[in-house]
Amino acid sequence: MTDLTSLTLAEARDALKKKEITSVELTGAYLKEMEAAGALNAYVTVTAEKAMEMARASDAKLQKGEGGPLEGVPLGIKDLFCTKDVQTTACSHILEGFVPPYESTVTANLWRDGAVMLGKLNNDEFAMGSSNETSHYGAVVNPWRRQGSDAKLVPGGSSGGSSAAVAARLCAAATATDTGGSIRQPAAFTGTVGLKPTYGRCSRWGIVAFASSLDQAGPIARDVRDAAIMLRSMAGHDAKDTTSVDRLVPDYEAALAGGVKGLSVGIPKEYRVEGMPKEIDDLWTRGIEWLKAAGATVKEVSLPHTKYALPTYYIVAPAECSSNLARYDGVRYGLRVEGRDVTEMYENTRAAGFGAEVKRRILMGTYVLSAGYYDAYYLKAQKLRTLIARDFTEAFSEVDVLLTPTAPSAAFAIGEKTDDPLSMYLNDVFTVTVNLAGLPGISVPAGLSGEGLPLGLQLIGRTFDEETLLRAARAIEEAAEFTAAPGAWWRA
Amino acid sequence: MSVDQKTVRHIARLARIAVRDDELEALAKELNGILDWVEQLGEVDTADVEPMTSAVAMAMKMRDDVVTETNLQKEVTRNAPGAEDGFFVVPKVVE
Repeated sequence: MTDLTSLTLAEARDALKKKEITSVELTGAYLKEMEAAGALNAYVTVTAEKAMEMARASDAKLQKGEGGPLEGVPLGIKDLFCTKDVQTTACSHILEGFVPPYESTVTANLWRDGAVMLGKLNNDEFAMGSSNETSHYGAVVNPWRRQGSDAKLVPGGSSGGSSAAVAARLCAAATATDTGGSIRQPAAFTGTVGLKPTYGRCSRWGIVAFASSLDQAGPIARDVRDAAIMLRSMAGHDAKDTTSVDRLVPDYEAALAGGVKGLSVGIPKEYRVEGMPKEIDDLWTRGIEWLKAAGATVKEVSLPHTKYALPTYYIVAPAECSSNLARYDGVRYGLRVEGRDVTEMYENTRAAGFGAEVKRRILMGTYVLSAGYYDAYYLKAQKLRTLIARDFTEAFSEVDVLLTPTAPSAAFAIGEKTDDPLSMYLNDVFTVTVNLAGLPGISVPAGLSGEGLPLGLQLIGRTFDEETLLRAARAIEEAAEFTAAPGAWWRA
Repeated sequence: MSVDQKTVRHIARLARIAVRDDELEALAKELNGILDWVEQLGEVDTADVEPMTSAVAMAMKMRDDVVTETNLQKEVTRNAPGAEDGFFVVPKVVE
């Protein structure tokens, strides 16, 4: 076999089990591709030695017919996941040099199941961004380009390293996190599948915290099956995270066979927003037709508080971020910039260590939580959250899943939206509702824009019903027959 | 509601982030832009709505209040910019 990196995760797993390939060969092939893909800036740390060591250990098990569900499969890990003895920075200057003495639960679950770590993937600083341009290590470049153009495009964010690496075949699949759309929007921008599970499905322990009531880990993968396989290994109860749920982890891959016959799909009318490009609207209509043709029934539903989701999010997320990021004080880890006294040391450290977007959100969060404003902003936003979640509960009394576009546009150019925070925030208009309500959502590549860029459709499911979500996603995938791939210009 | 430069200085102080005087104007403008935009939440009557306290309905789990991991002093201090004898070193805080 010559092109090992073209295998999906499922194909690689099966070939490894059958001993048609070895993990050392597969891992070596990925490391070679990664070395040639510096132009994408997808990886911030490459752990080549560790990868080969893990691959050899996997091969020894596979040789004996042993090994876990991901035995020998090489993965990329978002730099938000703490990895024992491997630098973890959340792509912030303030965490530079931080080498965790512990492993995040999600990555520990992946290694338990036999996966191999290739390295750490770039992301927006502390996962705050929708384009991967706020990373201390520089922007990630989308492997996709507009037809006839060599303009550099963003891979989406905050999991832009994960989405770019999966799209450019620099790993079999990647871990990612999603606080307002950070798995699904980058997946849509790169023609990959991104799954944000129900809040509580994956443990948050050992993941650098951004907004704790919204953060959730999930996979970015090449197809729906691969995402299902990844989720099964990532998910599970963890005593170290009180919000992780004590519920059996189903065999998500087995659930894919179910089909969508008789499934009821809701189309939220409030997602037909003003100024939505026609090609996104057309894609959505095609998605509806595909699900109907596969045997689902489709009906319009209403989520009346949708327009308030984004402003609600931009109170809740900064508030929680300002609280979570208080820990970066120049004392326990990372950067320290001295001052005349301890307070000035804190102030200098945080001024030098955080980037502009992170500072903006900390200040915003500090303001909305400050004396006299708490009720007007934070409490108000948490009440809106109740209403937004109630809209979904009512919709799910009528339908099984919801179908929407993932993002309001295809990937945009690097630098195009960095001047105006609000225009950047609008990227998350279709995804952020899901985080506020704690629901699972998935983005599936469904077509190409007029300029030849991938576009995604999003499905939203009931709490802890990732199985139905994945079945519906599989139906979209089968109908869309999305086989386009970016030209490997970065290898030149 | 709108924030002026004095308020930005105050919240930056609360957030322990040093800001230069020449950054205040731009920060105030950005924060006001976001605050003006979130004002629209005022349109919604939430008088009888309970604030959300958990994204997914779940009972808070309790565990026994016992030490589970011990002797991690070396690991805990190994990333500190200043550490001595297993302690964090900070600038002098009392005279």
